[in-house]
Amino acid sequence: MPELSIDKRAEARKKTVKVLTYVLLIFWAIMVIFPFYWMLLTSVKTTASYDSEVSPVFFTTEPTAENYENAFTAVPLAKYFLNTLIFTVVTTVVMLAVITLAAFAFARLEFRGKNLVFTLFLALMMIPNELVVITNFVTITNLELRNTFTGLILPSITSVFYLYLLKENFEQIPDELYKAAKVDGTSDFKYLTRVMIPIARPTLVTITILKVIECWNSFVWPRLITDDPNYYLVSNGIQELRENGLGRANVPAMMAAVVVVSVPLIVLFLIFRNKIMEGVSRGGTKG
Amino acid sequence: MKNNIKGWLYLLPAILFLGVFMVYPLIDVFVYSFQENYQFVSQTYTGVGAYNYSYVLHDASFLQAVKNTFILVIVTVPLSTGFALLISLALSSVKKLKNLFQTVYFLPYVTNTLAVGLVFMLLFKESDQSQTHSLISTIIGLFGLEPFDFIDGPYWANMFVMCFYTIWVVLPFKILILTSALASVNQDYYRAAKVDGTRPFRIFTRITLPMIRPMIFYLIITGFIGAFKAYSDVVAIFGTDLNHAGASGMNTIVGYVYDMLYGSTGGYPSYASAAAIILFVIVLTITTINLSISRRNAHN
Amino acid sequence: MKVVLKNLTKRFPNRNKKLPDVIAVNDFDFEIPDGKLIGLLGPSGCGKSTTLNLISGLEKPTSGRVFFGDTDVTELPPENRGVGLVFQNYALYPHLTVRQNILFPLQNLRGDKKLSKEVMEEKALEAAKLVQIDSLMERKPSELSGGQQQRVAIARALVKMPSVLLLDEPLSNLDARLRLQTREEIRRIQNETGITTIFVTHDQEEAMSISDLIVVMKDGVLQQIGKPQDVYDMPENLFVAKFLGTPAINVFEGEVKNSRLYIGCEDVLAVTGAPDGEVWVGIRPEGFSLDEGGAFKAKLERVEVMGRDTSVVSTHEGCVTGSIRSIVPSEERPDGSEKTVSFSLKPFKTHLFSKDTEERIPFSY
Repeated sequence: MPELSIDKRAEARKKTVKVLTYVLLIFWAIMVIFPFYWMLLTSVKTTASYDSEVSPVFFTTEPTAENYENAFTAVPLAKYFLNTLIFTVVTTVVMLAVITLAAFAFARLEFRGKNLVFTLFLALMMIPNELVVITNFVTITNLELRNTFTGLILPSITSVFYLYLLKENFEQIPDELYKAAKVDGTSDFKYLTRVMIPIARPTLVTITILKVIECWNSFVWPRLITDDPNYYLVSNGIQELRENGLGRANVPAMMAAVVVVSVPLIVLFLIFRNKIMEGVSRGGTKG
Repeated sequence: MKNNIKGWLYLLPAILFLGVFMVYPLIDVFVYSFQENYQFVSQTYTGVGAYNYSYVLHDASFLQAVKNTFILVIVTVPLSTGFALLISLALSSVKKLKNLFQTVYFLPYVTNTLAVGLVFMLLFKESDQSQTHSLISTIIGLFGLEPFDFIDGPYWANMFVMCFYTIWVVLPFKILILTSALASVNQDYYRAAKVDGTRPFRIFTRITLPMIRPMIFYLIITGFIGAFKAYSDVVAIFGTDLNHAGASGMNTIVGYVYDMLYGSTGGYPSYASAAAIILFVIVLTITTINLSISRRNAHN
Repeated sequence: MKVVLKNLTKRFPNRNKKLPDVIAVNDFDFEIPDGKLIGLLGPSGCGKSTTLNLISGLEKPTSGRVFFGDTDVTELPPENRGVGLVFQNYALYPHLTVRQNILFPLQNLRGDKKLSKEVMEEKALEAAKLVQIDSLMERKPSELSGGQQQRVAIARALVKMPSVLLLDEPLSNLDARLRLQTREEIRRIQNETGITTIFVTHDQEEAMSISDLIVVMKDGVLQQIGKPQDVYDMPENLFVAKFLGTPAINVFEGEVKNSRLYIGCEDVLAVTGAPDGEVWVGIRPEGFSLDEGGAFKAKLERVEVMGRDTSVVSTHEGCVTGSIRSIVPSEERPDGSEKTVSFSLKPFKTHLFSKDTEERIPFSY
């Protein structure tokens, strides 16, 4: 029967499509994974074996942790880490406090001028960072806050987008909850801390994670505002490492440093995978 | 009355931060851009006018930066969007290992651009010390081509690495957005199409594409904006001295702004401001064009 | 505690600023006796929720006063009025357990009203027992059914022993069976606690079935207050007559001539004392009795059997509410083949309203 042969052909075509699909998926997975693999691999090769390779070797039989020691001793990697940690934690915490209060005001309180201010805030969302960074650089320099945490942190706190996200979330909390709390004599602030914040916790967690990623990877502002290695963040540390440090001389040690810098966020991602992906698709953009 | 004060009190920290670090700088950058011969140390200037703009527009390194940025934008935005669409379609057509693939594809988003950039450099650069060729050189050697250095090599090779790394970096976001857009298309449309015996390609062009069109436009628009502001990725590959990187300088417009502001070439906030505003105008124009195209498309 | 509303008025500025203010509550004046269950009844948008908010203090009146007992509470903020409030969507704190939800109001108490932990726990348990949810104390609201959530909401409102309990459409989110159960539950709880309870609903059946008194509102204006049966039997105006009762009352255009009521050309009833002139005639479905020689004749449409009763649907040119629905005992039902059906009217189920004011016109029979 002719129909049967058509069926067979369709079946075969389906199979080909499926195979091609997986080939594509696996190809890109390798493209993504490979740099990570290469970084890890190089970081455990001994300097001697790396330098003596005639053509690149895809595995090593004698992994060594020596490069990690070098990475931590040759440059103050631990110091960069600590700096980044302080910067990330303080920036995120202060930002959360600022946007929570503001989002509460926008979502829950009634006062004159609210809509006007909110519209202005929204308009600020469209302003690219590149435009304001110049004056901020001048401001911080004139305040003699270069090479201080204050100078690093202050301009990094503002985030209209997260404020907007949180305000939207706060507004979804039904009015009745507020009324019920009012009747029970709950003050506005207590309502915020005891009812709204716990209810909006998933959104707050998402915002926190996104801000932590942003802080951990921030490069431009720290580069402008610090030239004292005592205040370098990991990004600047890596850059410094590459240009003036052991980079050219000791590739495996440099890769060890790169691994150390990359691991915290990858771990964070693997733990909070769904939260992060959901948060990013709700409006995060790179950078 | 009491409520009025309370509302403003809750807003106060946000207003302070935004006022000092966003609104004021926004006004100030325009002021700077028209102040001629502004001296950073003495904070004096000699006149008001458009000289800064004229200087920037006649500066060869700015023009090079504009050229680089435009090439980067024109190459990476369509390629990355198209490729992301292809991968998302593949992803949404499979069940096995889907989660694993999704996780892997997202990794570049959460890694430090500077750090991974170093690895890319390593993959493309001929080593100073060892006798080894870079991995990429080795691979093209397999095809009988002369190995050469992509990082210190010709302009097109620099550009290739740059575009490749940019696409690698921006794909996770695009794949994520397109995959969720595809997942949110009501399955009933597909069922109806299947019952009608619609061919797969027709399903794609007549159902899938129109359904996810808003998201594609969103990605193109944000892609344009992001690519015009390229900087960190370039630094990651070529280092901070972008004017002398590679064959003829791999600087971008944002890189030019920072160079004017800071470092050995810096100290000219007026030029930096003028360049930043030129960038802003370019981005604004392109975005407006993009938006009007997407609107017109949506109406048809 | 009795609740007295005096000349209570609430206006909202119109969204479109050119239009006049919206008057949500217009010159309200009534007294709610102590310890009763009151049903505040009206179609949606009639201002009943605003009235409730004025009593709770969530909104301030434009003019007029609110008294709890003899105390003027108009200027008091809600937390100092001692009211408990229950909402249609329960408004439980989703992140807190049942126990924590019930404890919440107690933890807000300050100064000399502050309670020790043990007393709070005890009171919470007591309230939970009253609404029979004491076995669910550690659950989160999302793990409860709608009916259980509403019980928790009631427990939370009751736990601080409010002087007035306010329920805003408490049954509307429940399915039919639960609605019946929960309304009996509310009746029982009110009986046990004796707390003056005001209960807002748009469902007249709900209000009639459990209230000691019902208050009917329309467009911010009070229409009638009374015991449910009295209001049903003696509606003050056409609106109240139409709003109460299922199936709804049948309304006709009629005329009074020489103390006789005419619908169409038929002389259907003696209405002694009613002045001559055109009137609205409202006849309850149960006000029709099948009567071969009855003066009221209508075209038979269909017969719907409901078991004990039968609903006879017919049409008449004088009827302004579509078809006439009458309820008769099933034994007497017509078999449905007749073209016309004749009724005699029960005078105490027939009401006359003025054509201009729609106010009730009294008559004797």
